[in-house]
Order: sequence, then C-alpha cells, then structure tokens
Amino acid sequence: MDAQTIIARRVAKELRPGNLVNLGIGIPTLVANYVPEGLKVFFQSENGLIGTGPIPEQGMAHPLLTDAGGKPISALPGAATFDSAMSFGLIRGGHVDITVLGGLQVDAAGHLANWMIPGKMVPGMGGAMDLVSGAKRVIVAMQHAAKGKSKIVARCSLPLTSARPVDMVVTDMAVIAFPDGKATLMETAPGLKIAEVLAVTEAELAIPDVVPEMKL
Amino acid sequence: MKSVSAEEAVAMIPNGASIMVGGFMGVGTPERLLDELVRQKKADIALISNDAAVPGKGVGKLFEGGQVSRMIGTHIGLNPKAQQQMLANEITVDLIPQGTFVERIRAGGCGLGGVLTPTGVGTLVEQGKQRVEVNGKTFLLETALRADFALVHAFLSDYVGNLSYALTARNFNPVMAMAADTVIVTAEHIVPVGVIAPDHVVTPGPLVDYLVVNG
Repeated sequence: MDAQTIIARRVAKELRPGNLVNLGIGIPTLVANYVPEGLKVFFQSENGLIGTGPIPEQGMAHPLLTDAGGKPISALPGAATFDSAMSFGLIRGGHVDITVLGGLQVDAAGHLANWMIPGKMVPGMGGAMDLVSGAKRVIVAMQHAAKGKSKIVARCSLPLTSARPVDMVVTDMAVIAFPDGKATLMETAPGLKIAEVLAVTEAELAIPDVVPEMKL
Repeated sequence: MKSVSAEEAVAMIPNGASIMVGGFMGVGTPERLLDELVRQKKADIALISNDAAVPGKGVGKLFEGGQVSRMIGTHIGLNPKAQQQMLANEITVDLIPQGTFVERIRAGGCGLGGVLTPTGVGTLVEQGKQRVEVNGKTFLLETALRADFALVHAFLSDYVGNLSYALTARNFNPVMAMAADTVIVTAEHIVPVGVIAPDHVVTPGPLVDYLVVNG
C-alpha cells in the first residue's frame, strides 16, 4: 500500500455517521474514496456545497458545479448549495464535525503550519485558518517526512495556520494525538517498529505502554 | 437598473478603480466583463477577489498584461503569474483568511464597521490588528471592505435585475452585490419578471445598477 493510501484509509476510520466533513486539497481529498460501506457522512466543499459527490462520469459534468480547486464534481441526493458567507459560517460556527487538512509542519504542541513558506511559496491560506479555528475536530493528513526531513517538528519554523492545536495527525508511518497538550504516538503503520518511527520524528513523542498498529 | 453592453459597462470603470469580482477559481465569474477589462486595457486595478484563478480564466486574465497593482484575496497558489508578480514585488497582495474575506465584504455591504473573528488570532494575520475580548474569548477586529465596482455573475436575471444563482457559482457574488458603489451584473439567462419566484430571488433588483445584455 502506498503512503497516500495508508493515510487516506486511516483517516476514513475517524468518520462517524452523520458527520459534516470538510476535506482539503491533496491527500485529504482521497479520504472520500475510503468511507466505510454503509456509513453516511456529508462532505462540504467550502466554495458552497454540502453533499459533494464523486467526479462525474464523462459528459455529466456541469461548469457551475466544482470543488474548491475548480474541478468538476457531482452532488449527491440531499445536497445543498449556498454562498460563501454561509459556507464559512458553517466552518467558523462549529457546525463542521471534522476537517482534514494537509500540512507542511506539525509541532510537539500540535500547532499546524500549512499555508506558506516565506519567500518561496506563498499561495495563501484560503479557508485553512477558518477551518482549524472553527471545526470541532481537526485532523492533519500528511507524509511523515519530506526528502528525509521530519514534518513532525519540535516547534514550527513556518508561519502557523492557527494558535489552536490540531487533534490528530495521520501520516504514512504513525497516528499522533495530543492528550494533555503533548504529542503522543498512538499507532504505527503496519510493519513499522516504534524505533523506526522515532528515527524520522524530530518532535519528542510520548510513548504509551501499548502502541497498536493502524487497522486499515 | 439600466441595461448596457459589456463594452459600455467596462468603459465606466476608470484606471485605478477598486473592483470586487465574484467567483471561486473562475467559477461564477463574469467572464465577458473580464475579457472587456483586458480589451480596454484597464490599468492599476485594485482587485478584490477570492483567488487569482488560473492563467486565461476569470480574474487570472488580468495578471497576464500586468493590469492588477493591488489585490486582496485568500489564495493565489494556482496562478503562477500572480505568484511571480507578488514575489517580485510588482503587485501588492494582501492574503487574508477566506471566512474573514467574505465577512469583511458582508460588513461593508451591511453598514457594519467590521466583524470580530477568532480566525487568525496568534498568527501573522493578527499583525496590526486590534484584539477584542468578548465573554472571555479572544477575537480580531476585522474592518469592513467595500469597492468602487462589483462585477457579479448570476445564473438568472429578470428584467428588473432580480438575481438567482446556480450551484457553486453563487459563492461571493451575492455578498459583493451589496458592497460596491456600482454593481454590474452578467447573467447566463435574462428572463421575464416572474420566472424567478420572489422566494427564489437571492439578490433583489434594486441592488443592481447595470445589467449587461446577452448576445
């Protein structure tokens, strides 16, 4: 199983019946492919839709029905559309149960940086700051390391997305959560030893007595 | 509400104007007005738009000929031209959170001085802003945002300028239609009064100054 599939499958296990879920661009988008059979959740697209469905079949796309990246999507029965004030009212107002975002860095206190690399890449925060500030649960879905460098750092060197810590980080190597504000290794990817995870983790992780393998 | 051609509508916009443009990655953007802004070579535009779209689409067209001098938006990452111009300091870009962006415009259109939002507290976004504590929670004071012109795209307009929108092309359009001195609208279909039932009107006709005729 490749890294992205591991991450997306594991995040999908966090979804609960009836959840309103916002998926960011990139790996988070893949989570929709692994929703457990029979589980009904609502996906929000922040450009103004609840009830986002899969990519339409050929010839069935509508130019005025797109995801936040401007790509054609479909809408499921029961879908609703609205303007951006409503969309961000839902997000900031605590009506979104889970947001899944990509990340550049997450630090030992659970702070996320995911919107700019000063002087190099400044795309903008889009909806990320509102999502991290307002969603009930924030899950970061990202690779554990980039070019051999840990993305789980002691302290974010990049500008923060929010002062609010995230709830969970799912990587291709581990699940990390922040009980009592301390980064804690909750699970390891199948076949990986704790020491192998720690070898590519810059942040200090608390290690519980039992660290199970991810169930995918 | 007056009906005008796209050419006449854009001729009213002077160089240096602040212009709100509806749309999200070019979806729900009044493309004909953007084509006309390019054709009439309008310059020194202060653009207020969620994103910079992509080259050749929506507001993305304005970056090719360097027509934008300032931009307030939330995301420009999918338009390399806009990125390059910002990193080379050819344009000034104020990147703000999307929920803050829309609420500042809403405030501007609704007669409010601004809004209090928790988004951005403790980040770069907070710089230069006032913190306000309300019931033990910390918020940033974000001031209202208005423009000289709003360029809006609707799905339906009737003959008096009542507007309704389609699917994800609604986005910032109804909010911007309240927050500019002059509101110019294009619509996919212009229909007789009554086709849009009163309950389905999103932007009431009196907000629209100019409706661009089709065809």
